Amino acid sequence: MTNTSGSLHLKSLSKRYGAFTAVDTIDLHIQKGEFLTLLGPSGSGKTTLLMMMAGFQDITSGDILLDGASIAHTPAEKRNFGMVFQGYALFPHMTVQDNIAYPLSVRHRPKAEIDARVAEMLDLVRLTGFAKRMPKELSGGQQQRVALARALCFAPPVLLLDEPLGALDKKLRIEVQAQLKDIHRTVGTTFIYVTHDQEEALSMSDRIVIMQNGRIEQVGTPSDLYQHPKTTFAASFLGKSNFLHRDGAVFALRPEKIDLDPEGKGKGANKVTGTVQSVTYFGAVLKYQVEVPGLDLIEVDVDAWRGGQALPAGARVDLTWVDSAAVRLSDQSL
Amino acid sequence: MRLPVNSGWLLVLPFLLLVGGLFLGPILNVLWISVTDPTPGVQNYAQLGSSDTLRRILWTTFRVCVICTAFSVILGYSIAYAMVHATGPAQSRMLGLLLVSFWISVLVRTFSWLMLLGRNGVVNSTLDALGIISAPIPFMRNELGVLIGMVHYMVPYAVLPIFAAMQSIDGRVVQASRSLGATGAQTFWRVYLPLTKPGVVAASLVVFIINLGFYVIPAVLGGGKVLMVAEYISVQVLITLQWGTAAMLAAILLFGVLALMFVMSRFMKLSTVFGGART
Repeated sequence: MTNTSGSLHLKSLSKRYGAFTAVDTIDLHIQKGEFLTLLGPSGSGKTTLLMMMAGFQDITSGDILLDGASIAHTPAEKRNFGMVFQGYALFPHMTVQDNIAYPLSVRHRPKAEIDARVAEMLDLVRLTGFAKRMPKELSGGQQQRVALARALCFAPPVLLLDEPLGALDKKLRIEVQAQLKDIHRTVGTTFIYVTHDQEEALSMSDRIVIMQNGRIEQVGTPSDLYQHPKTTFAASFLGKSNFLHRDGAVFALRPEKIDLDPEGKGKGANKVTGTVQSVTYFGAVLKYQVEVPGLDLIEVDVDAWRGGQALPAGARVDLTWVDSAAVRLSDQSL
Repeated sequence: MRLPVNSGWLLVLPFLLLVGGLFLGPILNVLWISVTDPTPGVQNYAQLGSSDTLRRILWTTFRVCVICTAFSVILGYSIAYAMVHATGPAQSRMLGLLLVSFWISVLVRTFSWLMLLGRNGVVNSTLDALGIISAPIPFMRNELGVLIGMVHYMVPYAVLPIFAAMQSIDGRVVQASRSLGATGAQTFWRVYLPLTKPGVVAASLVVFIINLGFYVIPAVLGGGKVLMVAEYISVQVLITLQWGTAAMLAAILLFGVLALMFVMSRFMKLSTVFGGART
């Protein structure tokens, strides 16, 4: 059940409410079969953009092409996109079976085909045996999987997911992330995933689109974005960064890319000396806050098993890093 | 000193006495009269089998109530739908108009209909002046008139429970239906209507039950031709003084309502229908 279609092309897509621009001239190619995440804080326009793709928001200007054909004015029910909503939006008056069968039954498919397909979907989301339950008899994670099965049941070329894991607790969320990734590999559908959770974005996506104020801040693979952020926003929203102002430019420096040694022991191309202000133990890492004259508070992560005994607050330390660790950003220095 | 019962009962005792004395007492009295007046026995109820008049009146009442309920609920559903989808200020205005119509006396409304739709009412005289009709259209003094008046009175009662049910629907469920390929009509019949069913049932029950006891509207707009149970009871009580028959009919109405609620309770929890917590 692989799809032969599912590539999306957003052309100068905008959405304005009076003077307010929610989505600002977005240009984006989404490959068929890709797992693409729209990542941004609330108000960044990511959900509005998703709703425009789904057909629930009008387009102010621009175009959306599915496999080369414009769908900008196609109503939602004709787009054949699957969608998983925040809070799942299962039909509370229908059984799991009827929920999953819904997209096929509104298309008047024969009953035998529907039953076979629903069984297949229940198997995919590992809910075989739950067909006769009502949604309210399921846990949050199970409801989420029913919503996914329902949205994939009619083999849509594109699946839109609007913060689908938002209501789950952290442990369950990590489990469901892995399942989602598995399902994506199995069905080969294009997944477009909206979230504000950077870990979710990093662990699941083929590519991430970082959004802010209705605009694309940066697009790239998770490692590309993490290693080579282009803006202060990208560097601070995806992971943590220290910002260094040098020669009129801003550089982002990840806390784990800095080496920390007692004063006089540090060796490296770039070296500063400072005083440990605090150190916090996180099991795998020790997080140091180091006060360096002339710079902001610098955060340094040290592998706890390698770092030996934690240096106490007040200790004098050398901070060193290699040239390539500091990434020059496009923002102007303040 | 320990009281033999939970002292909480003392707090509600005045209320219990009030309900018992002023509400249950008279009802029991009516039931008592229905089997004792003029002589002890069930002869009052036996009339139902022998009297064509009584059967006709009960049938008229039932028929008018069913038709009125159907129209009120359908109109109420449309109004509630418009209200739910109206924006803030428009919705408040609509709700305001609805409440205003609640506060206008049934007598005032009934006579307004007479002035509008009577033989020499505004509508008939206008149509006549325009030469569209040669004889007045008989809107009033028949079952049509009674239905117009009753539906007009009952629509607000139908709107409120349906409105509440519609407000509790998660808009994303409707969006989900459309994203899954359902047309507007399919979404309405398979998702929206089933989810508003508790409101529709509540509205139907409320409207039907209130309809059963209607007195003023059938009396005025029916022009004596549409005799319903309440009016007949009043005639029995005030004019022919056959209290046994009147009490029997009142008892029939009471049991009818209770039976209706019992049947409904078999299909759905009444607490859900009357706005109790939804789970």
